[in-house]
Amino acid sequence: MSIEAFRAEVAGWMAANLTGRFAPLFDRGHAGDGDALPELRKDWERKLAEGGWTCIGWPREHGGRGLPVAEQVVFQEEYARAGGPGRLGHIGEGLLGPTLIAFGDDDQKRRFLPAIREGREFWAQGYSEPDAGSDLASIRTRARRDPESGDWLVTGQKVWTSLAHLSDWIFVLARGEEGSIGPKGLIFLMMRLDQPGVEIRPIRQIGGGSEFNATFFDGARVKAGDIVGVPGDGWRIAMALLGFERGLSTLGQQMGFARELDLIIEIATENGAAARPAIRARIARAWAGLRAMRHMAMRMLADHPEPQVQLESLGYKYQWSNWHRDLGRLGMDVLGFSGAAASADPRVEKLRRLFFFTRADTVYGGTNEIQLNIIAERGLGMPREPRGPSGKGA
Amino acid sequence: MDLQLSPDQIFMRDEARRLLAERSGSEQLRRAIGAGGFDAALWSTIGGELAWCAVAVPEEAGGLGLGAPELALLAEECGRRLAPVPFWSSACLAAPLVAALGAGEAGAALLGRIAAGEAAACAWPGIGGADPLCGTIPVARRAGGGWTVSATIAAVLDASSAAFFLVPASADGGLGLFAVERPAAAVEPLEGIDLMRPAARLVLDGAAASRIDSAGFSARDFDDALMTARLAEAAEQVGAAQGALDLTLAYVAERVQFGRTIASFQAVKHRCAALLVEISEARSLVHGAARSLDPLEVAAAGVLATQALFRAAEEAIQLHGGVGNTWEYDPHLYLRRAQATAAVFGSTDEKLAIIADALLGDAA
Repeated sequence: MSIEAFRAEVAGWMAANLTGRFAPLFDRGHAGDGDALPELRKDWERKLAEGGWTCIGWPREHGGRGLPVAEQVVFQEEYARAGGPGRLGHIGEGLLGPTLIAFGDDDQKRRFLPAIREGREFWAQGYSEPDAGSDLASIRTRARRDPESGDWLVTGQKVWTSLAHLSDWIFVLARGEEGSIGPKGLIFLMMRLDQPGVEIRPIRQIGGGSEFNATFFDGARVKAGDIVGVPGDGWRIAMALLGFERGLSTLGQQMGFARELDLIIEIATENGAAARPAIRARIARAWAGLRAMRHMAMRMLADHPEPQVQLESLGYKYQWSNWHRDLGRLGMDVLGFSGAAASADPRVEKLRRLFFFTRADTVYGGTNEIQLNIIAERGLGMPREPRGPSGKGA
Repeated sequence: MDLQLSPDQIFMRDEARRLLAERSGSEQLRRAIGAGGFDAALWSTIGGELAWCAVAVPEEAGGLGLGAPELALLAEECGRRLAPVPFWSSACLAAPLVAALGAGEAGAALLGRIAAGEAAACAWPGIGGADPLCGTIPVARRAGGGWTVSATIAAVLDASSAAFFLVPASADGGLGLFAVERPAAAVEPLEGIDLMRPAARLVLDGAAASRIDSAGFSARDFDDALMTARLAEAAEQVGAAQGALDLTLAYVAERVQFGRTIASFQAVKHRCAALLVEISEARSLVHGAARSLDPLEVAAAGVLATQALFRAAEEAIQLHGGVGNTWEYDPHLYLRRAQATAAVFGSTDEKLAIIADALLGDAA
């Protein structure tokens, strides 16, 4: 099938299915709105699965469709163009699944992958802790082996556990070896959330929503067979997992950005802001930045990106997050006073959410400051920051 | 759909980079300042032996028939080393102009000369649009079987090294494109901001000219024919920004204060890292726009590249500290290029206005 025929197929499926009972999901559940309509979005994940649109990039032997990068990009683009809702299955499909495919044992693949693909089980991520943010390797959550059952008993606290209250499972990076420091002695565990010993408390964000949680473990149990790799492998696996996150979702994300910019243009044209020279210049500048991101992504997604491009790609997160934060502010400046209070117009609400949530863009997934360290050190070969006793980090 | 460079493109770029690293270093630039901002030996290698100016000239006119992406790659490398040669004027501005507007034998002959390494300069007040401060629009008149052109143009880039001038002029009530040979023109070198791209005042007083378009063209056609030059200018700015960053990284890695290299200070690291992001952003847009030649993307590339170069040059001076303010160190050469190129085809706000008009409708 040609790529254009594939594009038409995705667009056709979205048009035929994001309708009727799923119509309320149009454009909902994205960053800043991640806790919207959770039950309907879980149904939507199953609808996607029936249509064969989950896990399309996974290898066939693991239940995926083994589609090449170009098709995956097209799917992301058309999904976003159609106003598809934020994917509740993203962490399972995009992070845990590829990690199990790479590092899991056969039994784990058999038990976990089909449930992810079919939209039956949803996953949360348990990495950051109150005292381990940018310095992830200093985590303190402990996992101790129960000598009788061989299971692991986990005690500690994770934060920013996205959508844990809507999830069935969480993967947890914990200290499995007493007295270890830094990246050594860590273990990568898969834990059921619905059990005594796990408490999930919502964290209210600056925009008012609660997409993130603090998750507390007090002797929470992880079955002996539910660790990935061996004890001590945790850091390597945790870092590999983060590597799966980058790349492919980029163009879908950009399609979302383009829709946000279109919305701002639409409102500016309606309310007269488009007549103001400073607003015109900022909108033009935002457009230029978005085109630059598009071409940057095209350079990064080449089959064999040059070393120069690989080096530049270290800056991509810094690039898009700052652009997006600026867009959040531009949206509010275009709204003017009409953005100052709640509105019956869903477009206004969308821009208000954008304004608040984009403040997190330059923090999560590596803060601006950590990104600049990474770019300077790995990209430009400048001297590394001095390390404290945990000895590792970005 | 991706933006991967082909092995041929990578080879061409890497060879250019290697050559210019060897032939357009700081010492050579200093010598070129004494020679009016022109390195004749380097030009004879680039324009003659290596035929860089033939890259985008059509094959039937003696060129390689490649396009804007290749020109942009070479322009980027020239910018990185501030190569004191008229590559941009000749290969990126004059050649595409002749290819777009020229006709028949006359056009093909000029393209052949450019491809063979003869330098051409474009004489137009303001280049992008007529600017009264830059001179008056040239006027062409019929004389005998041919034409003469009269004009005073305040600043023509790379005029001194040019073998001939391309002069868009009003003719028979429309616009025509004319070629004037160097001996027919009075060239008065000026002290320019950019020491590596000299400017001169050009006076044409009834100079003999040959017409190379067939039946005139609109101002819009002329503007469209400059798209490759606009794009290549942005590419050159990206290269120059990279050159300024290279210079800065080398300096901060050696300069020791408080018992450590200043490259180890996070304040310095973060500024260099942010520069890399900005340059990469502009470079991505240049590479993408080189394939589309979409006027909005080309304008956007100009905006980002101008900004990246300015910031890189300013940061180079700042991070060099005291010596960054001396004639002896190179950062000012990049600041000069930044300022000199900032408005070659309109200022940043004019470029943003082009984009805004397309997205939002014309300003009221």
